[in-house]
Amino acid sequence: MRTDTIAAIATAVSDSGIGIIRVSGDGAIENIDKIYRSKSEKKRLTDVRSHTIHYGFIYDGEELIDEVMVLVMKAPNTYTKEDTVEIDCHGGILVMRKILETVIKNGCRLAEAGEFTKRAFLNGRIDLSKAEAIMDLIHSKNEFALKASVQQLKGSVSDKVKSLRGDILYEIAFIESALDDPEHISLDGYCEKLEQMALSVKKDLGKLIDTADNGKLLKDGIHTVIVGKPNVGKSSLLNLIVGEEKAIVTSVAGTTRDALEEYVKLNGIGLNIIDTAGIRDTKDEVERIGVERARTYANNADLIIYVVDASRKLDENDREIVKLISDKKVIVLLNKTDLDQVVSDSELMTLVSEINHLRIIKTSTKENIGIDEFENVIKEMFFGGSIVVNDEIYITSERHKEALLEAYESMDLVLKSLADDMPEDFYSIDLMSAYAALGRIIGEEVGEDVVNEIFSKFCMGK
Amino acid sequence: MSEIREKVDVCVVGAGHAGCEAALACARLGMETVIFTVSVDSIALMPCNPNIGGSSKGHLVREIDALGGEMGKVIDKTFIQSKMLNRSKGPAVHSLRAQADKAEYSRAMRKVLENQEYLTIKQSEVVELLAEDLSAQEGQYVKKITGVKTYTGSVYEAKAVILCTGTYLKARCLCGEAITYTGPNGLQAANYLTDSLVSLGVEMRRFKTGTPARMDKRSIDFDKMEEQLGDETVVPFSFSTNPDDVQIDQVSCWLTYTNEKTHDIIRANLDRSPIYAGIIEGTGPRYCPSIEDKVVKFADKERHQVFIEPEGLHTNEMYVGGMSSSLPEDVQLSMYRTVPGLEHCKIVKNAYAIEYDCINPEQLYPTLEFKRILGLFSGGQFNGSSGYEEAAAQGLIAGINASLFIQEKEQIVLDRSQAYIGVLIDDLVTKENFEPYRMMTSRAEYRLLLRQDNADLRLRKIGFEVGLVSKIEMDEMLAKKYMTEKEIERLKNTFVGAAKEYQDFLISQGSSPLKTSATLAELMCRPELSYESLAAIDKERKWLPDNVIEQVNIEIKYEGYISRQLKQVEQYKKMEKKKIPVDIDYDAIGSLRLEARQKLKKMKPVSVGQASRISGVSPADISVLLVYLREQ
Repeated sequence: MRTDTIAAIATAVSDSGIGIIRVSGDGAIENIDKIYRSKSEKKRLTDVRSHTIHYGFIYDGEELIDEVMVLVMKAPNTYTKEDTVEIDCHGGILVMRKILETVIKNGCRLAEAGEFTKRAFLNGRIDLSKAEAIMDLIHSKNEFALKASVQQLKGSVSDKVKSLRGDILYEIAFIESALDDPEHISLDGYCEKLEQMALSVKKDLGKLIDTADNGKLLKDGIHTVIVGKPNVGKSSLLNLIVGEEKAIVTSVAGTTRDALEEYVKLNGIGLNIIDTAGIRDTKDEVERIGVERARTYANNADLIIYVVDASRKLDENDREIVKLISDKKVIVLLNKTDLDQVVSDSELMTLVSEINHLRIIKTSTKENIGIDEFENVIKEMFFGGSIVVNDEIYITSERHKEALLEAYESMDLVLKSLADDMPEDFYSIDLMSAYAALGRIIGEEVGEDVVNEIFSKFCMGK
Repeated sequence: MSEIREKVDVCVVGAGHAGCEAALACARLGMETVIFTVSVDSIALMPCNPNIGGSSKGHLVREIDALGGEMGKVIDKTFIQSKMLNRSKGPAVHSLRAQADKAEYSRAMRKVLENQEYLTIKQSEVVELLAEDLSAQEGQYVKKITGVKTYTGSVYEAKAVILCTGTYLKARCLCGEAITYTGPNGLQAANYLTDSLVSLGVEMRRFKTGTPARMDKRSIDFDKMEEQLGDETVVPFSFSTNPDDVQIDQVSCWLTYTNEKTHDIIRANLDRSPIYAGIIEGTGPRYCPSIEDKVVKFADKERHQVFIEPEGLHTNEMYVGGMSSSLPEDVQLSMYRTVPGLEHCKIVKNAYAIEYDCINPEQLYPTLEFKRILGLFSGGQFNGSSGYEEAAAQGLIAGINASLFIQEKEQIVLDRSQAYIGVLIDDLVTKENFEPYRMMTSRAEYRLLLRQDNADLRLRKIGFEVGLVSKIEMDEMLAKKYMTEKEIERLKNTFVGAAKEYQDFLISQGSSPLKTSATLAELMCRPELSYESLAAIDKERKWLPDNVIEQVNIEIKYEGYISRQLKQVEQYKKMEKKKIPVDIDYDAIGSLRLEARQKLKKMKPVSVGQASRISGVSPADISVLLVYLREQ
């Protein structure tokens, strides 16, 4: 029998030097071969000998993700006794996540808690005398994973999931009762009502997905606003990150009169970057509006990049800016360090002392100095620390997100069936999938729910 | 004392819908069979509603027919009105329902039984099951059935016994304060068999159901009711019935409603209802509540529908659907008379509730054989189900498996992805069930695959291999299948371009024009187009029978949904294929939680899939079980 292929991050999910993604199952080698490219692009993992290691790159389509070493081990001499591939990659959380996502996109599925060990067992890798002890372990892991996942959800989220499930169940039961007893319960005019409900559930699910750990940041990107006095190099910075001449860069102060928005990905982190007009006390009406807008943007930002020109004296405008951004996560870029530095470190420290979440980087956008550090700092500020947890919890939250996304997609299918004028019984198929997916989050199975709901809410015939 | 001793292959106890199918299946498979009934006049009796089929029940009848059962053929000969329900909805929930001429149905089935080779009808009450202890335990079996004994003392030795006792075991009927110890319709109850079952270690339970009053047609004012006509073109139940033979003159049913007055009378007399007064012990079904239940549970509903349905062509009795009751006679009369059209009604038969003994079906294998008693099978209401169709389906499977058991062949189990019958039996023997079980379309996870239109494609082959389906019937199915596949293949490989002729056609159909070429199959997927409407641009099309066109339309139009279900089925089957040995020792599996261990020990599931559906067995328990099984 062909087994499905599972994948998981095998090392701790934290920013460490090396991360390992492990893949096991009949499709392991061919699936990874789809995303692996050797330096010469000629090597095929499907052709290599067992227990060999290969240098190369992981690609998601045409997008390079990471430089890796790939270890190919063929059944039966592996931990699971199945074909196994290990990808040794760089240890960043986002890199590992991104590789795992790509692996899953290419025919693998996310391993359940303890599933590698379980397979090792099922395939007779571990001897009988150990069986009971490890069964206990698997057992407790499953229980733990479930508990952890339930706890992990904030009370409000799990209440929300329950209430959405309740709404969905009611509609399923209504449709089903009408199908079972068409002469007593009519579906006339029901489609509009269902559409409203499906839209609202979908919207709520979207919000939940946004709140799932870093879901919003991962999905929408970090709302980043670049601020600073005119002509300190804000637009040059944006251009450098974006890689094209988007903002008009001149040396005349006040060139950028409105905000520019750009979406970029740095090592897998999405940034929605807004370049603002330089903030200064100005009489020019157009520029003044731009400055006002900059203030508004700064207020709503997840991250502020405050650019300071190292070659010009700090002034009142700088102090105004700092007031505006003191409660935000801020990266101060001391720019133009290629020129003579007139801003001393102590002056700068005094200026920014009110800012709580602060990192300072010296850069020269002109010479491309400090940009790598800048990227790393963003990662640390948003995905460091808070995300470093043990793998079980990481997986469960990943599962929550998966389940929420599945429910979201199912509601989309309901709306599509409605738009396509499909018969009513088709709606309940996808409503049911959404219901089951949400059930996985709170650890509830479907069982007799629908039948019970039908009988309690709708009066059946005879 | 001298006694009659006979030797047969199979004894079938009870001649209702389950018993008839069971006995016919056995006899047709060459088993010397006796069918016992307390009264030959009650063979294939329909003591409650005068219909066969209905939502999901129509599917069961189709499946019974596909497997070589009798119900579909008999109702095709004796129906007086027919409707395809849910026609405006998707093909999976289309369901046939026919009004039966009850007396004719019963007579026609009796005729089939009487003329069946190897089958004997015996009017006699079976009072005892004969069984012997097994010298060595075989799997779970501790006893082996050897025959039955009748009230008059005769002994029938048999290799297998099938219990289809319906609602007769220790039956009592309640009509308000009046209680009679009879089976349905005043027929004699069977009061001894329960004790014999208990002494064999069988766990019994008590269920309840009810039926509304029957009224004299002449006393009803139909002008105050809405007429309910049958379909213009009738579709037969049986795949073997020629559709031309069922285009008959149909009779009408009538729709009226209860009102606040009706509800007031009921509320005022609830203390005289045996259920609300606590006299009834049995558990009643939620899906066909009495009118008392409806009024209490759905207090905000201003009215409930009432269907007045003829019981046959040669009787004036009319069935009052929707108003079953166990209220006293006087309350019933005044209650019914508040309903428009029933103001002057005369009641021929009072509504009543009936209580009866049945078993907890968890004691059965999915083959419908008792787990502890070799050769003892059962079907129908005795197994805790409800409905003629549910009964017939189980009777057929029990009959087939009893015969296969005697022939020492592998018995059949339909799974949840193959048939509604599979869902029905799996639910009965696996899930905790506290009320008479009724089939419902929502119980079938893979219902897009389990359609009434493809029951033959799904099951004919199994019926043929068992020996209940003829070569001709089998060939008809194969022809349908072949033509469907060929036509789908053709439609998927026939391209139409963006030529003006095609564009004009699409626009005329209210469809958007093509940008690139497309196959006819792709065009059929558009909601506004169908196989039929594409005839104008499909030049190579040859004539095909309607049932083939139906398949082609469904298979192409819903391909996306169908393939998604097929994928789910694949996952499901993996777990069904992992069998659990009968001699498994759950106590030896250390990591099982206590609750799961107890449930598994009690239910003795045959596969890991079945185990996973038992309430109280968690996914973690299933992992543990899988590990253990692999280690063995």
